[in-house]
Amino acid sequence: MDVLVCLKRVPLAGGTLILTPDAKDIETKHLGFGISPHEENAVEAGVQLVEQMGGTLTLLTLGPSDAEEQLRAQLAIGATRAVLLETDGQEWDPQGTAAALVDAINAEETKFDLIIFGAESVDSAGYQIHVRVAHALNRPIVTNVKAMKIENGIASCERVVATGREHYEAPLPAIVTVRDGLNIPRYPSVPGRMQARKKPVDMKKADPRVPKLEKLNLTIAPSKSTGAEILGNGADAVPALVEVLKKIGAL
Amino acid sequence: MILVLVDHDRGELDPLSLRALTAARKLGQDVEAVVIGKDGAGVAGVVGEYGAKVLHVATHADITDYTPQASGRALKNLVEKTNPAAVIAAGSPRGNEQLAHLAAFLDAPMASDCSSITLGTPHVVQRARWAGNLIEEANVHSPLLIASIFPFSTEPESANGGAATVSEFQPTLEASDTVVRVLSRDSGESKSGGVTLTDAKVIVSGGRGVGGPEGFSKLEELAALMEGTVGCSRVVTASGWRPHAEQVGQTGSKVAPDLYIACGISGAMQHIAGMKNSKTIVVINTDPEAPILNYADYAIIGDLHQVLPALTTAVREAKG
Repeated sequence: MDVLVCLKRVPLAGGTLILTPDAKDIETKHLGFGISPHEENAVEAGVQLVEQMGGTLTLLTLGPSDAEEQLRAQLAIGATRAVLLETDGQEWDPQGTAAALVDAINAEETKFDLIIFGAESVDSAGYQIHVRVAHALNRPIVTNVKAMKIENGIASCERVVATGREHYEAPLPAIVTVRDGLNIPRYPSVPGRMQARKKPVDMKKADPRVPKLEKLNLTIAPSKSTGAEILGNGADAVPALVEVLKKIGAL
Repeated sequence: MILVLVDHDRGELDPLSLRALTAARKLGQDVEAVVIGKDGAGVAGVVGEYGAKVLHVATHADITDYTPQASGRALKNLVEKTNPAAVIAAGSPRGNEQLAHLAAFLDAPMASDCSSITLGTPHVVQRARWAGNLIEEANVHSPLLIASIFPFSTEPESANGGAATVSEFQPTLEASDTVVRVLSRDSGESKSGGVTLTDAKVIVSGGRGVGGPEGFSKLEELAALMEGTVGCSRVVTASGWRPHAEQVGQTGSKVAPDLYIACGISGAMQHIAGMKNSKTIVVINTDPEAPILNYADYAIIGDLHQVLPALTTAVREAKG
C-alpha cells in the first residue's frame, strides 16, 4: 500500500490575528508554524495504514522552502519521504496549487493507492484542491471522512452529517479528505525525530501561474462583542452568576 | 441569470440554501434554482417563495441519493444550457463539494464562503478565512462566477414569490460520476442521555484547564442539572479525555445554544468559530487575558475546580 498525504504549512495563530502593513497576509513574525488540524489526522491515517499493510508513506507540500520544517515534523511521525514544491513564498490560488500537485504526483515513480488530504486548511478553506486533483487524475474522491477501512482494494468510508452517518465506498486508487476525530494523532518519538533528519526531502521548484482567484487584501472581521462583564473572582462570584442565569431565563 | 444550487437530503430542504437564495437575489438578476435528484422537486414552493422563478430538477436513474460528482456534471450540463452569470450554493460541506466538482469540470475558479459578491469583469468577492475571523477581498477572473455563501453572513429573507416553475432535465453522466455516492446511513454516534450538542440549550464546555478526564465529572453534574450537555475543546479530544463527538469548534460541531459555559478554555480561533453564535456566553477561567473573554458576555476569573462545585450547589438551591 503506497499512500500520499498532502500538507500545507500554516501559521499557528492563537486567539488573535494581526495583519502585515500591506494587509496582504497575516503577520507571522511572532508566530510558529504547523499544519492544519485535519492534516494531522491525515498523516496519522497514512502511518497506520503502512503499519498494518506495509508499503510507503510519502508527504507532498507546496510552499516556501521553510515548509521543510513541517515535512520533517511529519516524517518524525513515521512517513517514508517527502516532496516539497518550492514557491516564491506567495500564496497560490487553488487552481494553480492543484495543477502543481497533479504534475508532481504524475512525476512520481510510485503510483499511490491512496491520496489523503485534510478536509480543509485552517487558513484558507477553499474546499476544492482535492476535488481538482481527483478530476485531473481521474480518481474517485470521498470527502470529510471520519472513519475509514481499506479492504479488498476498497476504501470504505463514513461521513458524519446532521442526521447521522453516511457510508461511502471508493475503489482504489482513490482520494479521501479526512476530518479531526478520524483518529488521535500521535506525538513524534525521540528516535522518530532523529530518523526524520536523515529521511529524503526532494526539493523541486514550482512555476507559479497567473491566479484566477486573485487575493487583493485581508481585513480582520469585526467582533460583535465588546468584551465580557467580569462578575468577580473565584467561587465568591457565583451568586452574581446565578442572578445572571435567572435574568436570561436559564434558571 | 443567477443559478442557485439548492440542497436537500432525500427531499428535505437544507435551510442554508435559503440563505444562498437570499444572497443570490441581491445580485440584481433573475434567480433560478436547481436541485439534483427527483426527490428534490418538492422544494419548488419554498424556493419560489425565496425568489427563484424556475426550479431545474436534474433527474437520472443513477442519481438516487447524494452523488457529488454527478451533481457537478449536472450543474455543468445546466450551465452550458442556460449560461448563468453565477452559480451559487450554501457554504456547507455538500454545497462546497458539489461546486468544487463543477469548478473542476470547467477548470474555472471557485470562491468559497463568500459574504459579499459584486458581479463584473473581474467579479469581486469578499470571502471568510480563518473560520470567519479574516475577510479576504479577491478578484475572480472568469466569465462564470462559482461561489458558495458563508453560512453566517446572510440571514434568509422571503421574497413572497409564488411557486417556481419546475423544469426537469436529464444530465449526461459518465460511469465515473456515480462511483462515489451514499450507499447507506445510520443514526450515528448520538449521545446517551438524549441531548445532543447541536440540540442542547445549555452546553457546559471544558478545555485544557479541566486538567484531565476526571475533572469532567464536575461539568457533567452541572450540565445534567441544567438539562444540557457537555462539550469540549480540541485539545481535550486530541488528548483522549473525551470522545470527538463532544468537540465544539471548526473541526468539531458548530453550536449556538442559549447558554454556553466555557470552563478552562483559552479560546483558540478554531474553538471560537464553533460557539461564538451562542446567545449568552459565560467564561470561567483563571486567566483574565484569555482570548475567549473577547467573545464572552460574562466571566468569572477563577479556578473552575472551585467555581463549578459552588455554582452547581447554587443552581441546585435556586431550582429548589
